Amino acid sequence: MNLKVSIAGVEWKNPVTTASGTFGSGAEYSEFVDLGSLGAVTTKGVANVPWPGNPTPRIAETYGGMLNAIGLQNPGMEVFIRRDIPFLRQYDTNIIVNVCGRTVKDYIEVVERLSGEDVDMLEINISCPNVKEGGIAFGQNAKAVEEITAEVKRHAKQPVIMKLSPNVTDIAEMARAAEAGGADALSLINTLTGMKIDIKKRCFALANKTGGLSGPAVKPVAVRMVYQTAKAVKIPVIGMGGIQNAEDALEFIMAGATAVAVGTANFYRPDAAACVAEGLKAYMQEYGVEDINSLIGCV
Amino acid sequence: MALKVKNTAIVRENSEIGTGIHSLWIEDPQISKAAKPGQFVSLYTGAADKLLPRPISLCEIKKEAGLLRLVFRIAGAGTERIAGFGPGDPIEVMGPLGNGFDMDGCKRAILIGGGIGIPPMLELAKQLSCEKSIVLGYRDELFLNREFEAYGSVFISTEDGSCGVKGNVIDAIRENALDGDMIFACGPTPMLRGVKQYAKEKQIRAQLSLEERMACGIGACLACVCRSKDTDEHTNVNNKRICKDGPVFYAEDVEI
Repeated sequence: MNLKVSIAGVEWKNPVTTASGTFGSGAEYSEFVDLGSLGAVTTKGVANVPWPGNPTPRIAETYGGMLNAIGLQNPGMEVFIRRDIPFLRQYDTNIIVNVCGRTVKDYIEVVERLSGEDVDMLEINISCPNVKEGGIAFGQNAKAVEEITAEVKRHAKQPVIMKLSPNVTDIAEMARAAEAGGADALSLINTLTGMKIDIKKRCFALANKTGGLSGPAVKPVAVRMVYQTAKAVKIPVIGMGGIQNAEDALEFIMAGATAVAVGTANFYRPDAAACVAEGLKAYMQEYGVEDINSLIGCV
Repeated sequence: MALKVKNTAIVRENSEIGTGIHSLWIEDPQISKAAKPGQFVSLYTGAADKLLPRPISLCEIKKEAGLLRLVFRIAGAGTERIAGFGPGDPIEVMGPLGNGFDMDGCKRAILIGGGIGIPPMLELAKQLSCEKSIVLGYRDELFLNREFEAYGSVFISTEDGSCGVKGNVIDAIRENALDGDMIFACGPTPMLRGVKQYAKEKQIRAQLSLEERMACGIGACLACVCRSKDTDEHTNVNNKRICKDGPVFYAEDVEI
């Protein structure tokens, strides 16, 4: 039975990673889950300099999901490189570093700094809905997506995954733009922009007013977008959005995802990603599937 | 590293001790054994539409019996569901979480609890061996106050004046001229601001237990941060994680 997948020449022992921002750099979760049981760990976004993030409240629960507006708080690349890369390298898993920035120059600075570091892949966040500059500003315009992808690719030593926003009219157009820019893979979906009102206090539930919706509530939207994206491009797709268990992950794989990421579920089931990997194995046994790759885009 | 687990605990007792205020005893020997005053647990509602854990402070710890007491107010649909659990029901719980109070070296402590910040003061009162003044602030209806009487002198404030000093906990402290060498406080942020100000004025060190909306509860998601005076070692900005670095902070270290 084979659970291995290959994305841009990088072999994963199984097609499961963590969604950026839900898992830190893995240290906190390593008390609950063997990071070596995952195909990859995708880190929280890392910028060239430390970012303080947004005011609180930064999260709000919603029906079957949650809104967040953390605002990409991160310690900056130097602390990340010194502390988090050596930590993750102790485990037999791929390291995917999520990169964020306010300007193209910011992104490039991180990508260049990481070029000599021992990381396996880069995921470029052009889809964060919670920061005023950078993030989603790059991800909602096909020309901008192609340009930033090409610029990142010019400087990157590791394979580049472009993380796409679902807050667009036509996801296939964005996917094709990233592919045209030279992306090695795509990941989606980032969160859907949402809002919640606290009717007792008559104010916004989040200090940022809007936040990104994630969790099981978004899964059907995510599966649809992964399907459309996988149809539109030749490069591999990493699917995410509300995955709680192997059944959810299989929907994404059958829609065309080569790998999947577990996000919000980590918050209520700290070993959720490892359980998804185990569950995939169980499904393959039950249905006599020899190779997970045979399920990719099988619908 | 401190033990921290996610288990299925068993509810042993659930009673309403005030309007909308529940006292829940749960059995989880592992968490109970590792727990300290001022720490909290994440309780899971078990409902598919309410996914995030509810952080609830530890009110009492009975290590021999493997029990934890959690006293909480029904604040919404999630806590309402937890309030519906009865003896024998399983409940998902993660803990013990956070750092807890620093109980070393104080000789005369002032314990201050406001509203639903009162419960964590009970286990602290039990475990602190020094002289204690215990100040409990309520809006109107009292709860848990009798249980503190065995552990120190209890002073009460109520906003409506129906019991004790009319006003807030600071009014009760001033009126009774309470003094000490360490303040321990938990309650709403405006109260904690008042306590911080009072402690500075009187030059008493103060430990404040903060709260904020949380998602992961273990320091990964960075939802529950508070502004810190110094650059935090982990985050490399002036933010501390309430769930992991707190919930208890020395007043001078945080901006509230």
